[in-house]
Amino acid sequence: MDPFDYAAPSSLDEAIRLLAEADGAARPLAGGTDLIPQLSEGRRRARLVVDVKNIPELRQLRFHPAEGLTIGAAVTCAELAESPVVRQLYPAVADACSLIGSVLIQHRASLGGNLANAAPSADGVPPLIVHRAAVRIAGPDGVREMPVEDVCVGPGMTALAPGELIVAFRISPPPEATSSCYVRFTPRQEMDIAVAGAAAAVTVDPSTGLCRTAVIALSAVAPTPVRAPEAEAYLAGKPLTDPHLEAAARLAVRSAQPISDVRASADYRRHLVTVVTRRALLGARNRLAADGRHGTSPGAAGPKEGLSGVAEGGR
Amino acid sequence: MTLAQSRSYRVIGTRPVRHDGVDKVTGRAQYGADVRLPGMLYGCVVRSPYPHARLRAIDTSRAAAHPGVKAVITGADMPAIDTNAVADLGEGAIELKFASLLIMARDKVVFRGQPVAAVAAVSPQAAAEAARLVEVDYEPLPVVTDALAAMEPGSPRVHDDLYTVVPGGSRRDSPSNIALHVQYERGDVEAGFAGADVVVEREFRTAMVHQGYIEPQNATAAWEPGGRLTVWTSTQGAFSVRQQLSDLLQIPVGRIKVVPMEIGGGFGGKIQVYLEPLAALLSRKAGRPVKMWMSRAEVFTATGPGPATYIRLKMGVTRTGDLTAAAMRLVYDAGAFPGSPVGSACITGLSPYRIPHFRIDGFDVVTNKPRVQAYRAPGAPPAAFAVETVLDELAEAIGMDPIELRLRNAAAEGDRMTNGVAFNRIGFKEVLVAAKNHPHYRAPLPPGATGRGVAAGFWMNGRGTSTVHLTFNPDGTVNLIEGSTDIGGSRASLAMIVAEELGLDAHDVKPVVADTDSVGHTDVTGGSRVTYSTGVACHRAALDAIAQLKPRAAQLLDANPGDVEFGGGEFWVSSEPRRRIGIKEVIAKLGKTGGPIVARGVSRGLAMAPGFGVHIADVRVDPETGKVDVVRYTAVQDAGKAIHPTYVEGQLQGGAAQGVGLALFEEYVFEDGILRNPSFLDYRMPTALDLPMIDTVIVEVPASDGPYGVRGVGEVPIVPPAAAIANAIYRAAGVRLRQLPMTPENVWRALAGRDAALPSTPKAAPDAAMAATKERRAEPPGTSG
Repeated sequence: MDPFDYAAPSSLDEAIRLLAEADGAARPLAGGTDLIPQLSEGRRRARLVVDVKNIPELRQLRFHPAEGLTIGAAVTCAELAESPVVRQLYPAVADACSLIGSVLIQHRASLGGNLANAAPSADGVPPLIVHRAAVRIAGPDGVREMPVEDVCVGPGMTALAPGELIVAFRISPPPEATSSCYVRFTPRQEMDIAVAGAAAAVTVDPSTGLCRTAVIALSAVAPTPVRAPEAEAYLAGKPLTDPHLEAAARLAVRSAQPISDVRASADYRRHLVTVVTRRALLGARNRLAADGRHGTSPGAAGPKEGLSGVAEGGR
Repeated sequence: MTLAQSRSYRVIGTRPVRHDGVDKVTGRAQYGADVRLPGMLYGCVVRSPYPHARLRAIDTSRAAAHPGVKAVITGADMPAIDTNAVADLGEGAIELKFASLLIMARDKVVFRGQPVAAVAAVSPQAAAEAARLVEVDYEPLPVVTDALAAMEPGSPRVHDDLYTVVPGGSRRDSPSNIALHVQYERGDVEAGFAGADVVVEREFRTAMVHQGYIEPQNATAAWEPGGRLTVWTSTQGAFSVRQQLSDLLQIPVGRIKVVPMEIGGGFGGKIQVYLEPLAALLSRKAGRPVKMWMSRAEVFTATGPGPATYIRLKMGVTRTGDLTAAAMRLVYDAGAFPGSPVGSACITGLSPYRIPHFRIDGFDVVTNKPRVQAYRAPGAPPAAFAVETVLDELAEAIGMDPIELRLRNAAAEGDRMTNGVAFNRIGFKEVLVAAKNHPHYRAPLPPGATGRGVAAGFWMNGRGTSTVHLTFNPDGTVNLIEGSTDIGGSRASLAMIVAEELGLDAHDVKPVVADTDSVGHTDVTGGSRVTYSTGVACHRAALDAIAQLKPRAAQLLDANPGDVEFGGGEFWVSSEPRRRIGIKEVIAKLGKTGGPIVARGVSRGLAMAPGFGVHIADVRVDPETGKVDVVRYTAVQDAGKAIHPTYVEGQLQGGAAQGVGLALFEEYVFEDGILRNPSFLDYRMPTALDLPMIDTVIVEVPASDGPYGVRGVGEVPIVPPAAAIANAIYRAAGVRLRQLPMTPENVWRALAGRDAALPSTPKAAPDAAMAATKERRAEPPGTSG
């Protein structure tokens, strides 16, 4: 590992200033689970590493019934996996956060880091996409927001400009009768990287039980996480029966552009897309059914109590 | 061994806390990475980016001029070795001239990662920066990475001066990538097959796999101005390191001291030296101590994994379950220099069974890959994968229980191994019976797509030489000074043997793993030999101690030494048993009865103590993804006598865990000679979550030699898992997997009837099959730096 300077600013302004001054030679550090191995193996270089864990905006985890969920970019996966509101309203996010790396890694890794690293196999990104999360980005020119879906532009590449920093994710309260699930396939149970993964969020019409919207995002089968629009469109207006889920899963393959690499062949990845997509859809549907109320929105009676206390900002 | 069987023990068979346990769990144990010396420099190796290339020139001037750099070496600094002398590594061997090139290339590089230069500097950063400044002019050469392709006459030649050693020992006169052809033959094979009711012939392939020890290779060397060399290192055998350094650097062993640090795993991979000679040469040049260690990527690319193999096996059986004949052809990929463990595979595969007619042809073949080293039962797992899978098919074909078929043909005392050597007392049948009677074998299968498989495994077990000294302390405790690196809990088991004989508690004996100046010659910790062979040395040292303590006890008892007896930790006068004194008191009063004593024990030339195991595996196969989960697992093994049962069980579980790894997950993936997965992320070893509780059953059939009938246990348990799991997969999913690892993708292809990865099974003789592989050439020559 080449030597680098280290800074741990306690304000967003200071972090932005440090990043800007370094002129592209600085890297933000949250959990470091991607960055540190990359630096030590020479796959990324940095003259300055800016630890962002002391910045309050990056450590907030807050839910507001009208505004939805705010996840600071440096909030750990373990915190998210254990958060009642995340588990109840955005279960796909909790799914991903509880299987990234290992328990040890989950206590350091963050969704901000997962997105910024822009690995095609990132587990944290498809769940954010299917919940239509937006990302708040701060930089020398101010703050901007964009859909998570638009952030990754290629393997290891994002739409972030040099000096920009991911501050937080914002996810609206999910519509009534919505649930989600993330499923990935790995040869090992943990300490592994997705060979293929799928997140699915489904919203049903409580009166008819028919699917109102389905959002599906795939990991590890394209240069970036991708939506599966044909599968989504197929499910709209249909009952979420096993055959329809299977048909949708088969359509999802059309959105995959997998490569053959050391982890799997493209053929096998294409096959796995149908498996993980179906299992993610089944998981989301079964969670809805288990809910029974068909109502998991914050307006519904059930989860409300569990949510009011959730505003876990800072350490 | 009536004595051993009738004797009851105080210490042996109990489970005391290991002597090194607290230091290890509290982080106090000193490993090679902990060595720090005044003025120490840091070394970095420059490695070839090409798997095969001529070295046209090396320019080290920029590196040498880099700030902080104190020494740069290249192959020119290594003494040239032009003899055909062979270095015996204890668990394998290598020709010295090849060992020298393995450590530092000279005229050409033959695998990616081979050292071409090394740098020592005041900091690891400066050394790494300087290493990047070494300029090497390579002329890339055609690459061959598949052993079958390498056997073809037109294939790229890894060495221009390698000539096949054929059965009988002569060398062929034209160079070849085939280093060795081993052959064992008995009876009339064709007649044997003619007498069979069922004949099955199958092809198998297994991947190159790494031992996966946690601690990377490391070495710190201090070359004193007077020409004395001290090396601190992580090794399975300090004396082997000393000999290798002497051979490779051509300095007398008397000038070398090797200090074995704690070892974070070895499994056979830490016998061959890699960094030690480089650190020594850098230290000599710089005049300061030099420390080196490998990154994980260096461990994967440039140390010695276990071989990739190709095996073709044909076996015949009668309807009543008698094996009639076997024909086996084994091609073992040695990597860049000769020395794959194909010889032991030719013995271990078929020796467990009485087969009247067989022919075995083994080939040691070189390719442009890392040179293999020993890995836990070297050579045996691939051979057992083939034999035990074919036996399962034969059992099914004749409608016989698979354990019953093995029992019917199991070798016993007096039966000859494939190499002609007769077995002494072995416990194979007892192990088979124990497996058959185990509740696991009879339990109903859990629901779902689940299958159960069984397989056996065999390892000869090593013997070798060990030396032990005992010294005695005024508080009645004993120092056990020995030379066996403690990998599997041997400090505890060896101390227990001394304690048993002296009538002490295990913790009254303090085991010390000494450096090469401080204990007599001791062979490597390998071949499952330590508890057996060093254990015998301990036993002899303890008897020597008693003989020397007896006159002292006689003094204290005021008796004639000839009238004093010893037992249970006490000396007494035979005519007056009430006049007695405890051994601790006798030890404590040595100063008053004539001064200190030193007891010693040496073991050498012991009889063999072979080990057998039988494993039972239950698996669940995900029909959609091909993923195999091992849901229940039982390992049964003959330990002869379990000195410390916990560490025997640990060996059985650890071996089974590594066996599951090579069965389901682990493989080196090469592309044009470049390893694509040199990390624990993509070289997948099973984690705790990928393994079930591994149940163990220790069978005790005493070995023919030694005071307790101990058999080594470390290696046998890696032999059966692959076939046990493959046989279970067949019962769960109806497909036979004959290629390792049985990854989800490979199982999925098999389930889908897709034949991309799996060998076909044409009705052809082995030679015809070999001919058919001629089309399978290496990739067109090419490298990508």
